[in-house]
Amino acid sequence: MEDQQWPKVLLAGDSCIIVEYGNSIGLEINARVQALRRILEKRKISGVHEFVPTYRSLAIYFDPVKVEQPMHFLSLLKRLAIAAESESGVEKGVGIIIPVCYGRDFGPDLDNVVHHTGLTEEEIINRHSSPDYYCYMLGFTPGFSYLGGMDETIATPRLKEPREKIPAGSVGIAGKQTGIYPIDSPGGWQLIGRTPLRMFDAGHEPPTLVDAGLWIRFQPISEEEYKNIEIQVAHGTYTPEMFNKGEVPA
Amino acid sequence: MKIKIIQPGMLTTVQDVGRWGFQGKGMPVAGAMDLFALKIGNVMVGNNKDAACLEVTVLGPTLSVLEGEGAVVVTGADLGFSINGIASCCNTVYKVKEGDILSFSGMKGNGCRAYVVFSGGIDVPIIMGSRSTYLRAHIGGFDGRALVKGDVLNTGEPHILWQRFIDFKCPFDVLPERREGQPLRVVLGPQDEAFSPKGVETFLSESYKITDSADRMGYRLEGPVVEHLEGADIISDAIPLGSIQVPGHGQPIVMLADRQTTGGYTKIAVLCSPDISAIAQRLPGEKVSFKQVSFEEAVLITQKEAGQVSKLKQNVATWITRIPTSTIGHKSEMPVSSGTWKLTVDGHSYMVDWERIEN
Repeated sequence: MEDQQWPKVLLAGDSCIIVEYGNSIGLEINARVQALRRILEKRKISGVHEFVPTYRSLAIYFDPVKVEQPMHFLSLLKRLAIAAESESGVEKGVGIIIPVCYGRDFGPDLDNVVHHTGLTEEEIINRHSSPDYYCYMLGFTPGFSYLGGMDETIATPRLKEPREKIPAGSVGIAGKQTGIYPIDSPGGWQLIGRTPLRMFDAGHEPPTLVDAGLWIRFQPISEEEYKNIEIQVAHGTYTPEMFNKGEVPA
Repeated sequence: MKIKIIQPGMLTTVQDVGRWGFQGKGMPVAGAMDLFALKIGNVMVGNNKDAACLEVTVLGPTLSVLEGEGAVVVTGADLGFSINGIASCCNTVYKVKEGDILSFSGMKGNGCRAYVVFSGGIDVPIIMGSRSTYLRAHIGGFDGRALVKGDVLNTGEPHILWQRFIDFKCPFDVLPERREGQPLRVVLGPQDEAFSPKGVETFLSESYKITDSADRMGYRLEGPVVEHLEGADIISDAIPLGSIQVPGHGQPIVMLADRQTTGGYTKIAVLCSPDISAIAQRLPGEKVSFKQVSFEEAVLITQKEAGQVSKLKQNVATWITRIPTSTIGHKSEMPVSSGTWKLTVDGHSYMVDWERIEN
C-alpha cells in the first residue's frame, strides 16, 4: 500500500478492513476516525455491519458473502477514507458527567497516590475532577473506555500486587492513565474512587454509558449522594447529566 | 424438549454465530469456534441461522432427554457420538425422545469440537443480540458459564415439519476437505509491514506447533521466530477474528472466538474465514503452516463456503419434500395434512410450508 501516506487502508482478512489515520494518539487524528465512522454509518454499504473505532484507526467489519466486487469495495472504502479527512474539521463535542465518591472505602488507594505525588487528598481529587477527558475508544473488557487528558502530576504506578476482584464502577489511576472498571474484574490500578453509575449493563440498550468520541467529566460526590444515585440507578430512574463541550478543534 | 446434563464433559457451552455488533463497546464476539459446523447443523434440523447449539470440546457430555421429542444432529468433529449406547453418525439427523441418552466416547481423530444441534435450538435468553456464552465476563449462554451436571436446558420452537428432517444425511461433498498438513490460508496484514521480509518469509514457509495454551480465546503457536523490523508494539487497534498476532518474542498467536476486541501487538496476517473453522478443530501438539492468498481470493474462498451451505439447504429442501416411502406404490388411506412445496413465482423460488386448516 502507499508509503507514509495517510489514510492507510489495511487488509485484515476477508471480513475486515482497517483504515489508519496516523501513528500517534491525539484529538486531531481521532476526529478523522470518528468522521469516517459517521460517513459509513450514514452510507450503509451493503454487507458492512460493524465498526471498531480506536485511537488512530477504524476497523470496518463486513460480510464477504455480500461483497460482489472485492476490488470495487476496497476502492470505495479508500475514497470514503480520504473524504473523512476533509469532513473532520470542527465538531461539537458532547460530554457525560460521571459522579464519583472519592477516597475511603470507595477509593482505598487514594493514600498511595498521596504518598507518591506528595499532594493532599483534596488536591488530587481536584486535579482528577477538573479536566474534561476524551474517550478515544472502548476495549480491554466490555465497556472499558480509554480516556485521554489526565493531569500528569497525579500519575501513579500500578499496584505491585494486583487485586483479585475490583468492584464495577471503581475509578483508578495506572501510570498516566485513568479509567473506570465497568465490570467486576481483577486488576492493578490504584483505586481512588467509585461511581454509582453502571458503565456496562448487558441487559440495557445501549449496554455502555460511554462511547468512543464522547467526553467525560468526573464530579466529586459525597457518600450520601452516592447512595442516593445508586438507588436511582437500580430503579432505572437516573439520567446521567450531559454537557456541551463546545467546538472541538480537529 | 428439555435436555438434562448428566455429565458436562470437558467444556460444553451454549454458542451461536456470536455476539456481533458490540466490539466497538469492548464486547468480545464469542460464538461457535467452528462456525461452518454450526451453520450446517442448523440447516440440517430446519433451524434459523441464529439458533444456538451446544459446543462440545474433546470429551463430550452425557445428555438425557427429560421431556418431549425432537430432531438432533451432531456436526464438526467425531467425538464418538452415540444414542442410547448405539454408535451414531455425525452429520445425520436423528429423532430423540424422552428418556434417550446422548453420549460421547472420545475423539476419533478428525478434530476436537463437536456441535450438538437440536431442532428449535437451545433456548436461553438473548443478551446483546446473541445466545453465545462469553465465559470470561460470565455473559450469555446458560448463566454465563459452561454447563455442569444437573443443568436443564430448554429447546426453542422447532420447524413445523421437524419430523421430516429425520434421517437426512449431509452429502460428503458439502463438508470441507481437510487434508493433513494442508496449509491454512491467510491474507497478509494489517501490520505485515512491521515485519522484515525475512520475518514474513519465515512465517509463510515454516511450520508451527500448537502449544498447550490453546483455548477459545486463541492458540499460541511455537516455532521459528517471526522477525519484526522494529518492535512488536503498536497503538492499540481492533483484533479481527482469525488474526495472527506476533508479540516481541516472535511466536504467533491466532486470535479466536473469545479474543479481546482490541490489542497492542502487530498482526502479520488474518486467516481466511473457512480456515478459522479448520484451525478450531486442531489440537495442542499438532503442526500448522500458512499459505498466502490475496484479498480477492480470500473473499472468493469464503463465498464458496457459503455456497456449500446454500447447496445443503437445497438438499435438505428436497429431502423434506420427498414422497414418504410408505405412500409409494399404494394410495395412502390418510389424507395428507401438511407438506412443503417449492413454488416458482416470476423466476424466484420459494419454499412454502403448508398445513391443512380443519373447518
